[in-house]
Amino acid sequence: MGKERVAVVGVGQTKYSATRDDVSMAGLVREAAKRALDDAEMTWSDIDAVVIGKAPDFFEGVMMPELYLADALGAAGKPLLRVHTAGSVGGSTALVAASLVSSGVHRRVLTVAFEKQSESEAMWALTLPIPFQMPLVAGAGGYFAPHIRAYMRRSNAPDHIGILVALKDRQNALKNPLAHLHEPNISFESVRDSLMLWDPLRYSETCPSSDGACAMVLTDEAGGDRASRPPAWMLGGAMRSEPTMFAGRDQVSPQGGKDCSADVYRQAGITDPRRQVDVAEVYVPFSWYEPMWLENLGFAAEGEGWKLVEEGVTQMTGDLPFNPSGGVLSSNPIGASGMIRFAEAALQVRGMAGDHQIDGARTAIGHAYGGGSQFFAIWAVGSEKP
Amino acid sequence: MPTTGTRDVAVVAFAQSPHVRRLDDRNEVELVMPVLHEVKQRLGIDQSAIDFTCSGSTDYLAGAAFSFVQALDGVGAWPPISESHVEADGAWALYEAWVKIQTGQADTALVYSYGKSSPGSLRDVLSRQLDPYHQAPLWPDSIALAALQARACIDAGVTTTQEMAEIAVRSRRAAAANPFALLQSSADADVLLQEPELAAPLRRHDCPPITDGAAAIVLAAGDRARELVERPAWIDGVDHRTDPHSIGVRDLTASASTRLAGERAGADRGGFDIAELHAPFTHQEVIVRRALGLNGSTDVNPSGGPLAANPMMAAGLIRIGEAATRIMAGDAERAVAHATSGPCLQQNLVCVLQGEN
Repeated sequence: MGKERVAVVGVGQTKYSATRDDVSMAGLVREAAKRALDDAEMTWSDIDAVVIGKAPDFFEGVMMPELYLADALGAAGKPLLRVHTAGSVGGSTALVAASLVSSGVHRRVLTVAFEKQSESEAMWALTLPIPFQMPLVAGAGGYFAPHIRAYMRRSNAPDHIGILVALKDRQNALKNPLAHLHEPNISFESVRDSLMLWDPLRYSETCPSSDGACAMVLTDEAGGDRASRPPAWMLGGAMRSEPTMFAGRDQVSPQGGKDCSADVYRQAGITDPRRQVDVAEVYVPFSWYEPMWLENLGFAAEGEGWKLVEEGVTQMTGDLPFNPSGGVLSSNPIGASGMIRFAEAALQVRGMAGDHQIDGARTAIGHAYGGGSQFFAIWAVGSEKP
Repeated sequence: MPTTGTRDVAVVAFAQSPHVRRLDDRNEVELVMPVLHEVKQRLGIDQSAIDFTCSGSTDYLAGAAFSFVQALDGVGAWPPISESHVEADGAWALYEAWVKIQTGQADTALVYSYGKSSPGSLRDVLSRQLDPYHQAPLWPDSIALAALQARACIDAGVTTTQEMAEIAVRSRRAAAANPFALLQSSADADVLLQEPELAAPLRRHDCPPITDGAAAIVLAAGDRARELVERPAWIDGVDHRTDPHSIGVRDLTASASTRLAGERAGADRGGFDIAELHAPFTHQEVIVRRALGLNGSTDVNPSGGPLAANPMMAAGLIRIGEAATRIMAGDAERAVAHATSGPCLQQNLVCVLQGEN
């Protein structure tokens, strides 16, 4: 952690949906930013700097859209920084904003992440053409399915684990009015019988393509002390990156994810994450990534993650709830998805998560990953000042 | 103390590629990798000595989503590194790295950026930066917009076509001493002014050359900087600001964001031996000089500046590197470097460097 404590005093999210054709890109980011400012009981003029993140510009067809969005975000005359670290970008953006506060450079920072995927076809934008990369089947699911199969083989996990994760997250989403997918009739059988897209990933085990934005207002310690609503205090944050491909790289449980979480736990004084973390919002775009990240983030021993899923440990009623918001499996505006994890973690320790609140949550983890499981951004937040 | 920081941070090494009109036989990784090796070799360090890495680039030049991911292969990111990326000129990556060092979580940082501007029609590609609903559908290209700005400047008496031509001549002749520059000579101003207009009132000499290139900088804090080099180029202040996007709502003949960033970075105290200004068009140098209050005692763009080599996404970082190089060599004591982004100088960064801490 830096010199200055960091507090989350405002969170704002849009309604997530397949197509937000009622708003422009500017309208979308402004909706989230305004809600974050309202939560913080601030106005645009209270903000010192703006940090914005999103995934590839081709998703909307606007090059460096932060230039165009400067006005909508009240950034004129202020520093405006644009972050892009692949799918982890929402988390990385929050961490860059936090560093502006923890360094003492700024006192009140607005951070926003968005994606308006309805402007293009994200699946094909994620399918990099020759000669830039080897053809790896269509979309991100085509990239990750082989690693999931490797996990299943290594851990001897039974086939239905992915179905359990998808069912849990989609049922959690019913408690989150902002979630994109609300499927009141979802069942184990309906997930099991949905179309197999990339074996072993079925349609209902796959994230949607969403429009949406998420924003947070971060302040220094004085700002956190002054806030009328309870702040979330940042306990630790880290980013790690590793190359996409080289012999010996473990894509099932990447070293970068292990190092990143270990760094955050060290900063936050977490020595036993399974016991000390009350709730986690973890980037699970495909169902099987829940057991995989349970192991990679140190919540379960290698090969044991799927057992926690099967035992219901990650249910809202379990002792380590994962993604009570419904997670990426229920809402996925890619560039914002990481920040939504970070923001939902903050809402939990603020006691402001509404119907998907985990009672008594005091310590929460927000997690994002991107690229070929190679970019990681994680933070820990708490209800008590560190 | 928003922009001077509480930790002393210095540029301790700078490297750049030769800048060329068209680099057909190398991809971005192959372009940036030798530069990354050189900047670390210069200090006798490897990636394990770097606490934080940050890069700047844009997918719209590479023509591929996630283009920066492959560039990471040039870094040697194993074991995993603490790393980030901005979709902007590397000068903004340097800013993020400077902030990271200010948090106390890093003592050293590697910053790099690259751009191959040549594969597409650059002036049209840059039109994709505009408001996607009201401006971009009309495809006003970057030279046309700069021409509107130049016309406004001439009409307001800010500059003249004669002064603009002299800026081009001075820049390209200064670049004769810069082995990395693309354009290293110029005809006299009166000859240039006989050329036809490209987009009135701009002539070809008023525009930057389309350039492929890369650059890298290593930052270090306090004693670590002094260990690495004899004479670090200390960052006395660094700040960046944006103006509103639409060119219809700002005064194109001035740069409010440059002036504000300059004040925050301490540039208003003046006393600069050199200035490296990222003003891609001749008339923009006049705007930036005025915004920073530079007078005749400052040597502007001794490297030749962006009129001699303008690799997109790297040209701003190169300004900081060129200024720092002269301070590290003892040729300058105090310098100001500037970077810009967006149409008609929308977003601007100012970095003040000096030799004595």
